[in-house]
Amino acid sequence: MIHVIAFYLFAVMTIASGAITILSRNPVHSVLWLILAFFNAAGLMILVGAEFIAMLLVIVYVGAVAVLFLFVVMMLDIDFAELRAGFVKNFPLGMLVAIVLLAEMVLGIGAYKAGALQLGTPDGTAAQPAGTTNIEAIGALLYSRYLFLFEAAGVILLVAMIGAIVLTHRQRGDTRGQKISKQIARRPDEATVNVKPEVGKGVQL
Amino acid sequence: MTAFFQTLGMSYEWAWFVSTICGILLIALPLLLGVAMIIYADRKIWAAMALRRGPNVVGPFGLLQSFADGLKVFLQETIIPSAANKGIFLIAPVVTFTVALMAWAVIPFNSGAILADINVGLLYVLAISSLGVYGTIMAGWASNSKYPFFSAMRASAQMISYEVSIGFILICVVLWAGTFNMNGIVKAQQDHVWLLNGFVFNPLLFPMWVMFLISGMAETQRAPFDLTEAESELVAGYQTEYSSMAFAAYWLGEYANVLLMCALNATLFWGGWLPPLDIPVLYLVPGIVWFLLKVLFFFFVFSWVKATVPRYRYDQLMRLGWKVFLPVSLLFVVLVSGYLMATGHFA
Repeated sequence: MIHVIAFYLFAVMTIASGAITILSRNPVHSVLWLILAFFNAAGLMILVGAEFIAMLLVIVYVGAVAVLFLFVVMMLDIDFAELRAGFVKNFPLGMLVAIVLLAEMVLGIGAYKAGALQLGTPDGTAAQPAGTTNIEAIGALLYSRYLFLFEAAGVILLVAMIGAIVLTHRQRGDTRGQKISKQIARRPDEATVNVKPEVGKGVQL
Repeated sequence: MTAFFQTLGMSYEWAWFVSTICGILLIALPLLLGVAMIIYADRKIWAAMALRRGPNVVGPFGLLQSFADGLKVFLQETIIPSAANKGIFLIAPVVTFTVALMAWAVIPFNSGAILADINVGLLYVLAISSLGVYGTIMAGWASNSKYPFFSAMRASAQMISYEVSIGFILICVVLWAGTFNMNGIVKAQQDHVWLLNGFVFNPLLFPMWVMFLISGMAETQRAPFDLTEAESELVAGYQTEYSSMAFAAYWLGEYANVLLMCALNATLFWGGWLPPLDIPVLYLVPGIVWFLLKVLFFFFVFSWVKATVPRYRYDQLMRLGWKVFLPVSLLFVVLVSGYLMATGHFA
């Protein structure tokens, strides 16, 4: 009973907030609704017993990705009239993307129903063994069977990160950075000088 | 507690529902009362360090000061700026307050006294603490005013920066405990080093605790990292446009978060509800007493730091997070996992 109520609550909220994400006029509202959609999707994950994925969804998407979205969208000065003017022009392209996504989803669900995939079968034979937690099951798979794929994913991420830094970093010669160690090493006796200037004469430091 | 309600003739689902609601109230109500008293304690400690008296008028020793303040803001008018985005402006303090209470679900108060004894307890804490920033960002943006907006920008950058190193610190703890379950982490600390209960007595994890304490101050935007509400630069930061109960919600949420950080310090590094020494006599004292003593001690440390350390500059804050804490915590992840592998901890 409680399962059913929770499922329908999360499912309806996910779809509704997903819809409002693309319908709302204010981009900041859109991002906030998107966050609510992520959050409810995490709730759905918990209902199927994938608590680890649910937590990662909240930590990564809600905690990091969406904050950056919000950060960027908040700082943009968006002209709503211009946005709406582009709607008709981009409509066919949008429809195309939507059709492709729909076809993929139908195909995916069909393939899942057919039970052709070994990873997750509808009758639950590929479910994690009882008595192990999510994290243990995922860890055992990632670090044994899919070790090289996992490492390759890590290397790709590293390359992407370094690439982003290389593309955006520029060395500027005209700035004077702080050297914290030098500041800490400064002592009063070398930083201050006592001078007794003669009247009417300047001081050379 | 579910079993108790089942004996009253309820079905399992109803019994679970009622017992969960009771559990939430059992944690949330004392917590809110505790927050009110802890605000008083904070002001008293702060005053004592500045050789002042602090609140001493309302009630005996000023004990009722927080309640008087609460009544005052309750009676104030809620002012919504005309340029504000009304909906988000009103939701923002609710988000902060709710999120501050949510993380308490996985804090173990005693060996069985935990609302949700889930396997991913520590990840849940991370997830919830990463939500905390939304209350601030939403307030800053919805206020449609300069200072709150600056404050929101600062807060989001600051909290993301320090969450990264907190994540690595927690990984060290999890590696040693071998579980994400909060109760499991507490139990793993029993008799950790020579009868001492707590990861902090481990030379490899002690530096992690120091970094966790400092990161915790940055994460909860306490002094010396309270740049989001630096009054000399940003008036009152993201709360500038708030008044009445919305303001009080921020206030309570902030202190509930500070208490949560203290509880995490106690649970993850100082043995939670375990007594400090693994001696049978000490187990006669209920675990919750040890837990609360540790929490109060860390709150004293937080107040002490607030009273004595001057505020960081923003670039110093970023430097500390990214250039000091991140590499050092990453190094310790390697050291801890290397040590555990070398000694065959999980063999």
